[in-house]
Amino acid sequence: MSHRLQFTVKKLIRMALLLLGVSLTAFLLMDASPLDPLQTNVGQAALGAMSPEQVARLEAYWGVNTPAAERYLSWLGGALRGDLGVSLLYRRPVLEVIGQRLSASLGLLIFAWALSGALGLALGILAGASRGRWTDRLIRGGCLLLSSTPAFWLALLLLIVFSVWLRVLPIGLAVPIGAAADSVTLLERLRHALLPAVTLSITGVSGIALHTREKVVDVLDSDYILFARARGEERILRRHVLRNVALPALTLQFASIGEIIGGSVLVEQVFSYPGLGQAAVSAGLGGDMPLLLGITVTTAAIVFGGNLAADLLYGVVDPRIRRGAARG
Amino acid sequence: MEPILSVDHLSVSFTRYGRGLSRTELNPIRDLSLRVEPGQVAAVVGESGSGKSLLAHAIFHILPRNARVAGDIRYDGAPLTRERAESLRGREISLIPQGVTWLDPMMKVGDQLRRGRRDPDTRTRCRQVLERYGLGPETEGLYPFQLSGGMARRVLIASAVMEGPRLIVADEPTPGLDARTAVRVLGHFRELAEEGAGVLLITHDLELALTVAGTVSVFLDGQTVDHLPAARFQSGQGLTHPYTRALWRAMPKNGMEVSGL
Ligand SMILES: Nc1ncnc2c1ncn2[C@@H]1O[C@H](COP(=O)(O)OP(=O)(O)OP(=O)(O)O)[C@@H](O)[C@H]1O
Ligand SMILES: [Mg+2]
Repeated sequence: MSHRLQFTVKKLIRMALLLLGVSLTAFLLMDASPLDPLQTNVGQAALGAMSPEQVARLEAYWGVNTPAAERYLSWLGGALRGDLGVSLLYRRPVLEVIGQRLSASLGLLIFAWALSGALGLALGILAGASRGRWTDRLIRGGCLLLSSTPAFWLALLLLIVFSVWLRVLPIGLAVPIGAAADSVTLLERLRHALLPAVTLSITGVSGIALHTREKVVDVLDSDYILFARARGEERILRRHVLRNVALPALTLQFASIGEIIGGSVLVEQVFSYPGLGQAAVSAGLGGDMPLLLGITVTTAAIVFGGNLAADLLYGVVDPRIRRGAARG
Repeated sequence: MEPILSVDHLSVSFTRYGRGLSRTELNPIRDLSLRVEPGQVAAVVGESGSGKSLLAHAIFHILPRNARVAGDIRYDGAPLTRERAESLRGREISLIPQGVTWLDPMMKVGDQLRRGRRDPDTRTRCRQVLERYGLGPETEGLYPFQLSGGMARRVLIASAVMEGPRLIVADEPTPGLDARTAVRVLGHFRELAEEGAGVLLITHDLELALTVAGTVSVFLDGQTVDHLPAARFQSGQGLTHPYTRALWRAMPKNGMEVSGL
C-alpha cells in the first residue's frame, strides 16, 4: 500500500511541475503574440476617439505596460493561493467562467470519450480478430480515411447534412436562439449537443481502433494463443485476447482524453457551442491572459489526472504490478 | 503394432516475399518420417534448427499461415486433417510446448489448466495433476510471472497430461529442470506410455532420450537420417549413419568426442 501511496505522491509532484511548465509556456506564447489586446477588444476606431488618459487606463487594465516577469509572477502567486484572477473579457472571476464553460463542455467531452473508446475498442478487436479479411480491410480503410479527415471539416459536413439539408438538428449553440435559459428543456440541450459530440467521437475512434487492432494482432501471434489452440480451447478471444488487450486499451483510452479536449476546441468553434474550447479560443484571440492561463492549467490537469487514473488502474488490472506491490 | 502416429515424407516450407517481386523459398523440413506406437516413448533427436518444433506444430496444425505442408501425417490409422486435429486437440492429442512463454501472462495457472471449466471433477483433476509434478495447490492461484522456469515447465507438462491424452508430443520438456526432476518427468512419460499412450519426445539430448525411449529418430537439417531401436545405442554397434555415430560418440560415457559433429 505504501508503495502505491509513494507512487501517487511522486506523480502529483510531477503534475505540479508539469502545470508550472505548461502555464509558463502558455504565458510566453501569449506574450509573444502580435495581437494587441486593446486593438482587438476595443477596436481601432474607438481607440482613436479616446483621450490619452482613457487609453492609459485601458492599457493598465490589460496590463500592456507591466513587465512580463512581473505579470507572470503575480498570476502565479495568486494561482498558488487558489485565485486564478479575473477574466478580462468576461469581467468575472476566471474560476467562475471555467466552471460554467466546463459544465457545458463536460457532457460533450465525456460522451465523446466514452463513445469513441467503446466504438474504437470494438472495431479494433473486430478488425484484429478478422485480420486480412474484408471486415478488417473495411474497418482499417474507414479509420485511415477518418484519421486523415480534419475535425472541423467533418463538423461542417455533418452540419450541412443534418442541419441544412435534413433540418433535423440545430445549426449551433447550446440552446435555441432567443429562449430564456430556464425555459430550455433537457431534450433541447441534448439536441444541441448531439452533433458536436458525435463529431468529436468520430475523430477519436480511428486512433483507438487502429491501435487496438495492432494489439489484437500481436496477441493473436503470441505463443500462448498458439498453445490455447493446441489445447483445443474454445472462446479464445474472450479468454485470452480480451484479457491481454485490456491493459493497452486502458492506456489508449486514458491517453485519448488529451485528444478529445484538443478536438473540442475546433469542434465547439464550428458549432458555436459555448464550452471551454470556445472560451479558450476567445481568450487566446482576445488577449485575456488570466482566462487563457486558467483554461490551459485546468485542461492540463484533467489530461494529467487521466493519465494518473490509468496508472493507478494499471496497478489494479495488471497482476504483475498488483502482486509485485503486494510482495515488496 | 499399429502406430498411433505416423509421419511419412513430411515437408514444411515457407515462402517469403521480399522487396519487389523477389520471393525466397525456405524449406526447413524436407523429408521427415517417424512412427510412435501406443505404449512407447519415441524420441526425436536433432540439433537446434533441425526442424523438431516445426514437426510438432505440423502435427497440431498450428504452423504459421505462410507455411506449406506436404506429406502424410496419420493418427490412429486415419489422416490427421485440420478438422480432425481441431477436434482431437487437448483431448486425445496434447502438446507440451518448448517455451515457458506459452502460458498466458494474464491468467492464473489454475484457470489455464481448467480451460474455463469449473465442475468439481475438473478441479480435483487439476489439483491432482499439479501434485503429480510436485506443485502444491497454491500454484493454481499464481500467475506465470510468479513461477520459476522449472515450475512453469512442470505446469506445461501438467496441462498436457491432465486430460489423459492418447498421444503426447513433448517439445524439449526438460531444460530448466534439475537432474532429479528431469528424470522424474521422463519417468512420468514412461508411466503414461505404460498406461497405453504414445509419447513423442523431442530433444537435442540423446543421452536423456535413451533413458526412456524405445526408439530414436535422428534428424539432420530437416531430414530423418536414422530410425533405430534405442537398444542399438547401448553398444554403439550397427549405427550406420555417420551423423548418428558422431552423436553417439559425443555422449559422455563414450568419451565425449565432438569431432565430426
Ligand atoms: N515461421 C518460420 N518461417 C521461416 N522459417 C522458420 C519459421 N519457423 C521456423 N523456421 C526455420 O525452420 C528451422 C527449424 O526450426 P525449428 O524451430 O523446428 O527448430 P528446432 O529443431 O525445434 O530447434 P531448437 O532445438 O532450437 O528448438 C529453423 O532453421 C528456423 O529458422
Ligand atoms: Mg524447437
